[in-house]
Amino acid sequence: MLLPRLLRVGAFMVKELSRGGCTSISRTGCTRQHWRPFIELQSVPRVFQGSIFQKYPHFSTTAENDASHGSNKQKDMINVTFVDKDGEEKNIKVPVGMSMLEAAHENDIELEGACEGSLACSTCHVIVMDMDYYNKLEDPTDEENDMLDLAFGLTETSRLGCQIVASPELDGIRLAIPAATRNFAVDGYVPKPH
Amino acid sequence: MYKARAWLSRSFTALSSNPLRVCVVGSGPAGFYTAEKTLKAHQEAQVDIIDRLPTPFGLVRSGVAPDHPETKIVINQFSRVVQHERCSFFGNVTLGSSVSLSELRQLYHVVVLAYGAESDRALGIPGEDLIGVHSAREFVWWYNGHPDGKNLSPDLKSTDTAVILGQGNVALDVARILLRPTEELATTDIASYAWTALEGSSIRKVYLVGRRGPVQAACTAKELREILGIKNLYVHIREDDLIKSPTDEEEMKNSRIQRRVYELLSKAAASASSQPMLGQRELHFVFFRKPDSFLESNERSGHVSGVHFEKTALKGGGPGKQYAVGTGEFEDLDCGMVLKSIGYKSVPVNGLPFDNHKGIVPNIRGRVLKNISGDSSQVENGLYVCGWLKRGPTGIIATNLYCAEETVGSISEDLEQGVLASSSGLPKPGREGLLQLLDNRNVRPVPFSAWEKIDSEEKRLGSLRNKPKEKLTTYEDLLKVAT
Repeated sequence: MLLPRLLRVGAFMVKELSRGGCTSISRTGCTRQHWRPFIELQSVPRVFQGSIFQKYPHFSTTAENDASHGSNKQKDMINVTFVDKDGEEKNIKVPVGMSMLEAAHENDIELEGACEGSLACSTCHVIVMDMDYYNKLEDPTDEENDMLDLAFGLTETSRLGCQIVASPELDGIRLAIPAATRNFAVDGYVPKPH
Repeated sequence: MYKARAWLSRSFTALSSNPLRVCVVGSGPAGFYTAEKTLKAHQEAQVDIIDRLPTPFGLVRSGVAPDHPETKIVINQFSRVVQHERCSFFGNVTLGSSVSLSELRQLYHVVVLAYGAESDRALGIPGEDLIGVHSAREFVWWYNGHPDGKNLSPDLKSTDTAVILGQGNVALDVARILLRPTEELATTDIASYAWTALEGSSIRKVYLVGRRGPVQAACTAKELREILGIKNLYVHIREDDLIKSPTDEEEMKNSRIQRRVYELLSKAAASASSQPMLGQRELHFVFFRKPDSFLESNERSGHVSGVHFEKTALKGGGPGKQYAVGTGEFEDLDCGMVLKSIGYKSVPVNGLPFDNHKGIVPNIRGRVLKNISGDSSQVENGLYVCGWLKRGPTGIIATNLYCAEETVGSISEDLEQGVLASSSGLPKPGREGLLQLLDNRNVRPVPFSAWEKIDSEEKRLGSLRNKPKEKLTTYEDLLKVAT
């Protein structure tokens, strides 16, 4: 009973594939709605984005918008590189005034933001890879330091992504997203394995 | 046989007619992060999250203090997880009574237990059953409107002093709720009956008592800073208690958190005035005291009237491993209420191996073991744990992020190696099977859309009182709105 159903599914898929057309969502929004029951178009639900984007409706990091508004917009953007826990790099353009957390989410970079930038968690922890850039940042407030206390894999150049705000002098900054560690304890204590 | 097994393991992801069916028991941070990571790692997986309460989110709803709304923002992220088409939430479904563990394991390929810790570590000392001695966990449930917490009815009128045993963040939370001016709590989502009780409270002095010293205090800087900053609060810390040993210095060198906590306590001790002013509420940090017994009142039999403490000293073990040892000297603290904040404890379930000493399910990287002393070959196929049930009741919300990553990593490994297919490579009934079984038992699961009705109603009621929400605090009220 299973096999005929499988064959029908297979036949449908072969037919659809041969018809061509785009099968993924691109920035210009080309989708094939009727693919949905068989193949998921959105490979990953956007579970990382927070409601903070509503604050910056006029900012955009898409190539099309940059081109259409000319070089004026370029002055307000800085280059930022995120390096994920697997070492993969992603270069993005971030408008001045936007936090690194928002920028990451706008660009589908996997940076957690449980409290959505309200200094109530440590999940957007990033490591500033170059000391020069770290020193350009304003010192963390007590509130940020309180949250950094709880961050996993804390380093000398760690900051919260939601507290690093893009400014012209940060152009070229490189931020590493720390790897998850097995160190679960709040105070850094490493428990013995069970 | 090997070929068949390999084909079966591939068959999970290759055929949409046999998707991986996962059931997560518990809808707190551990449950939600597990669901989120499972959905992401397995494009065909169908994940059902069940919870015994009609409401989701576990301690984010019932544990985080009412005056910490930013900590609850993570609910937005969790809500997006359920809205995923391959994910469902079913509230009002209790493991054990609505559906048994073995039934779940028959219905789903993978069962992840993430139901946390709903009981308490016991002190095991005389007088623990006296009226007025409560666990902090129950007190938190009470002010947060948990349907099982409503009947605590703590007596806040017969005494002016509360003693809190423990100095972790939960201890600080309950101290703060007792000491904060109630006007400040009026605009939070605190349960109304609790606010009314606090308004009429006669408690003016709170003691936070720890067995060890300030260097070992388990709270963190944010919570400490907050309580020390309460308006018009007299804070007392004995200067002598702040004296550090070389081992203490070593401990502080290795831990940023402990360093900053100690600094805050030092500063508070130094800047404190010698006497409280008239009408000021008082917070006393007491160190190096371990409770020996609870004293019974002479006037009101059966009620607590104080705590009999033994003074302690720290003994070896090295930095991070110093423990408190009794010195034979004793001291009493009078009080009419005691809140024990010495740790939560998980509750075992029929058919589940349980380490009663550690209060966890024996596991290796989230894979449940058949018994406590088991090694990796003694694994219960398809059964996993995440969160406090796996690690013990410590850590913050974000700790579960990494915990879930580890557990889901184990699930993915097992899937790849065909371990999961070996018990049954056949498709599992999953969600449809669960709903059928529940229907046969007259159990009405509360889907996420019903929770959204509860949420809207709570927000609506809250708006009438200038509160973000007015929680519904009985099963009856919750289920009435849900249906």
